[in-house]
Amino acid sequence: MKAAGKVFKYGSNVDTDVIIPARYLNTSDPSELAKHCMEDIDASFAEVVKQGDIIVADKNFGCGSSREHAPLAIKSAGVSCVIAKTFARIFYRNAINIGLPIMECEPAVDGIEAGDQIEVDFSTGVISNRTKGETYQAEPFPAFIQKIIAAEGLVGYTRKHME
Amino acid sequence: MGMTMTQKILAAHAGLDEVKAGQLIEVNLDLVLGNDITAPVAIKEFSKIGTAGVFDKKKVALVPDHFTPNKDIKSAEQCKVLRAFAVEKEIENYFEVGQMGIEHGLIPEKGLVVAGDVVIGADSHTCTYGALGAFSTGIGSTDMAAGMATGKAWFKVPGALKFVLKGKPSGWVSGKDVILHIIGMIGVDGALYKSMEFTGDGVANLSMDDRFSMANMAIEAGGKNGIFPVDDQTVAYMNAHSEKPFKVYEADEDAAYEAVYEIDLSQLSPTVAFPHLPENTRPIEDVGEVKIDQVVIGSCTNGRIEDLRVAAKLLKGKQVAKNVRVIIFPVTQKVYLQALREGLIETFIEAGAVVSTPTCGPCLGGHMGILAKGERAVATTNRNFVGRMGHPESEVYLASPAVAAASAITGRITNPEEIQ
Repeated sequence: MKAAGKVFKYGSNVDTDVIIPARYLNTSDPSELAKHCMEDIDASFAEVVKQGDIIVADKNFGCGSSREHAPLAIKSAGVSCVIAKTFARIFYRNAINIGLPIMECEPAVDGIEAGDQIEVDFSTGVISNRTKGETYQAEPFPAFIQKIIAAEGLVGYTRKHME
Repeated sequence: MGMTMTQKILAAHAGLDEVKAGQLIEVNLDLVLGNDITAPVAIKEFSKIGTAGVFDKKKVALVPDHFTPNKDIKSAEQCKVLRAFAVEKEIENYFEVGQMGIEHGLIPEKGLVVAGDVVIGADSHTCTYGALGAFSTGIGSTDMAAGMATGKAWFKVPGALKFVLKGKPSGWVSGKDVILHIIGMIGVDGALYKSMEFTGDGVANLSMDDRFSMANMAIEAGGKNGIFPVDDQTVAYMNAHSEKPFKVYEADEDAAYEAVYEIDLSQLSPTVAFPHLPENTRPIEDVGEVKIDQVVIGSCTNGRIEDLRVAAKLLKGKQVAKNVRVIIFPVTQKVYLQALREGLIETFIEAGAVVSTPTCGPCLGGHMGILAKGERAVATTNRNFVGRMGHPESEVYLASPAVAAASAITGRITNPEEIQ
């Protein structure tokens, strides 16, 4: 499986309150959440993001609240992958559980700039920067997490497990 | 190699003699928790799993606390989903407005968690129950759904940081100041994926309410959980609130810690976290002149009876500064009633504060105290991210109830020592 798109780049500690402010949490409708995704740090994001685009951020992406609405908003906005140096642990679980692809890769974050066109190969963990002609290798997921991803999230995995 | 306190609890719940940091394990759950924001999503996912009922009707807790009493029609619809699910699945621990409180004050008060338990909650501040010597951690809605269906969750066994607390906090210094100091020291990702184990002689000088406040904010350092050893105070608390049997786990003497920090509690000052991260801390002496528009005292971090007593002690016979709004929200109905009986509510109202029903409302910018553009609040809550309490250009300063109450009187961030 591959993803390709234009990069939106952010710094460290992008918290779930800016990914989807609590004032919009009176609904869990993914398309409603997508309209306000990243609103408080990047007001035009929801308007300009295109299907397949990729978010690249520094460390501790998704810190703060456990709201699954955050990865849901990002996924529903059309983002195909989030790459960061590190993720806050609840966001990491939530992204895997709902099937939003994420990758931890420090060299990629250092090398990639906003607006670069990049391609991500989820099976190999190779991230290619078409704009700069560079490639970066992301850490592979542990086998158990790969099983959850293969089942398209935790619900699929649990259903299979309970049968 | 020995195990940390957290690792021992996780090993026991995974049916293993030993676990190591980094190992992936599946553990049995003693409680699965959700609220009016996270549970509706979990309920939708639960229905996709295709199981008829929850794994144990006594071991699921649903607390509508975030946007309650319902702030608008959409919130009311979300609570309706929660209520209907609770009725249909015969969930025993569903707490309606009137019986409720902010979940992390309510769950220990109702005796639903005790030492040695493993708890997951679809709310990041679920780590609060580490104060009781339990392993508890925040997860998302889908994990909650799977937990309600199976009674199990997967975890990567965390490594740990050890905080050796020594001495006794002086003056107005509380648990809130200790945890803000620690977050300032290690940063908002300083404990990422790790346990924060608090230990040392100083623990005995921290009340249960101090410990709840500290464990509550482990997540603000990125921690998986924060945990305290079980002592006489813990046992007294559990005996007063719960009939559940508890089990005491202690870290092995040769347990591995990735870092050990020694903190002399007697040397700490009241501490304030500046916008827009909990790690931007300064001792009160270095705060300077920061004028405020609003003061919020309450939340799952600092809405307990001791917090209200401290605030009332400072506000007694005083008046809130002109043009400052002061909003006080007790953590549970029980705390509210106790504060009423002790005369604290009268003190607050006479001083010119408002007292709200228990709700997460203002803490996350939901309702009951939203900030306008350019406004500043001092809050005893747990986060000061951009837009957390309202407009993206508003500011939140995190502090203890004592600093918040002192600031309410002067209209600027104030050392409680200044109040006569």
